[in-house]
Amino acid sequence: MIEISHVNKHYGAFQVLTDCSTTVAKGEVIVVCGPSGSGKSTLIKTVNGLEPFQSGTIMVDGISVGAPSTDMPKLRARVGMVFQNFELFPHMSITENLTIGQIKVLNRSKEEAMATGLKLLDRVGLKAQAAKFPGQLSGGQQQRVAIARALSMNPICMLFDEPTSALDPEMVNEVLDVMVELAHEGMTMMCVTHEMGFARKVANRVIFMDQGHIIEDATKDDFFGTPRGERAQQFLSKILSH
Amino acid sequence: MFFGLDFSVLAPSLPFLWTGLQYSVKLTLIAMSGGIVLGTLLALARLSSNRLLSNAAQVYVDTMRSIPLVMVILWFFLLIPLLTGNPVGAESSAMLTFIAFEAAYYSEIMRAGIQSVSRGQVAAGDALGFTYRQTMGYIVLPQAFRNMIPVLLTQTIVLFQDTSLVYIIGAKDLLKAAEIAGKNYNRPIEMYIFVAIIYFVICFTLSQTVKRLQKRVAIIR
Ligand SMILES: Nc1ncnc2c1ncn2[C@@H]1O[C@H](COP(=O)(O)OP(=O)(O)OP(=O)(O)O)[C@@H](O)[C@H]1O
Ligand SMILES: [Mg+2]
Repeated sequence: MIEISHVNKHYGAFQVLTDCSTTVAKGEVIVVCGPSGSGKSTLIKTVNGLEPFQSGTIMVDGISVGAPSTDMPKLRARVGMVFQNFELFPHMSITENLTIGQIKVLNRSKEEAMATGLKLLDRVGLKAQAAKFPGQLSGGQQQRVAIARALSMNPICMLFDEPTSALDPEMVNEVLDVMVELAHEGMTMMCVTHEMGFARKVANRVIFMDQGHIIEDATKDDFFGTPRGERAQQFLSKILSH
Repeated sequence: MFFGLDFSVLAPSLPFLWTGLQYSVKLTLIAMSGGIVLGTLLALARLSSNRLLSNAAQVYVDTMRSIPLVMVILWFFLLIPLLTGNPVGAESSAMLTFIAFEAAYYSEIMRAGIQSVSRGQVAAGDALGFTYRQTMGYIVLPQAFRNMIPVLLTQTIVLFQDTSLVYIIGAKDLLKAAEIAGKNYNRPIEMYIFVAIIYFVICFTLSQTVKRLQKRVAIIR
């Protein structure tokens, strides 16, 4: 589904991604972790072309990301993305947030878009909030709407960039629950997160990044079970201890 | 009667002054709408990654902002007939001039507005599959515009005052009407005092409204 091969990216002389390669098969859940500034957000944003890269290739469902012949808006419409800061559109109601992509990008009718939107809103447990505006919801609620918004486009895979790290601790689980459910339904997911409980529960593989390199790409059991590189061990012990 | 002033001439000239005021308001509204539309396009050009487009917009904005408005009004009035071969009336010439001139100022405001919308919002629009136009049209510009309403209105108040400059090309705005009425009744001072009061009342009321709006916008954000 997603094939990242030998991707390099730099800002001037600063190398953000160095020779990154990995794949995400259909239905797989991949967790990406690593210290701050290691390039996790950058890597995940290259997958739908929000961040350009200088060399290497990324294929999503057989289509080359960033190639001159690729219709990027069309490709992005098929890849769902959830951001650390939710990024709901503050000037639109929740229902508008859930329908605008369907109407303007997928050319669905208003009624059809509304039906899909409300169904998804119900699924994330927020049916009662349909008429509200994003500013009136809690962080956890906003993030659940953001997931519903991404799902409203019937994506072939979902990208998550630290979806719970901007949330108060008591709201983390309501978002993780939605993600776990999604994983169980077979959604292909690439998630930047430090929620190791989530990784243990649903991840197929865990990728560990440091200074722009992918230095571990292991199955969940290997990652948590057998001895790993020193950096990954240090990092893991740090995030697992709290 | 005081200081030898006679304000009784105001009553009969009211209908005439009213026509002038209507033109001033119309000119302001047209220049505002046209100026904001053109200004927004200039702001987008200015922020575009296309160097040529961005530089062209910058040259336009800088030029307009470096020339006194009176001269722009005069030059447009003299140049448009030369360029098009058709004489245009003072009123139409003034409208074109003001749209072109105010666009430079509105564009700087809209540019700040566009930059006030976070990159995350742009990323969210792009991630949904929006094209550049859609992300701008549905996500960025509505928020930029909303954030900038108070500043846009303040600029419009300045614009309303500046429209009085069109009297130099003979367009019949409020000031020109006062000048004519003042001559007719041989009471220019009374007329000028009266229109000054009109300008003041309108602008003061509007700026108070803007202040209240500003507070509301601050609360929403
Ligand atoms: N526009 C930019 N110009 C220069 N450097 C940048 C830019 N954007 C990001 N970087 C740098 O690239 C590196 C990787 O950033 P990235 O946001 O991908 O890290 P991250 O792993 O997601 O970190 P975090 O856990 O803090 O979110 C960082 O060192 C960052 O400072
Ligand atoms: Mg990040």
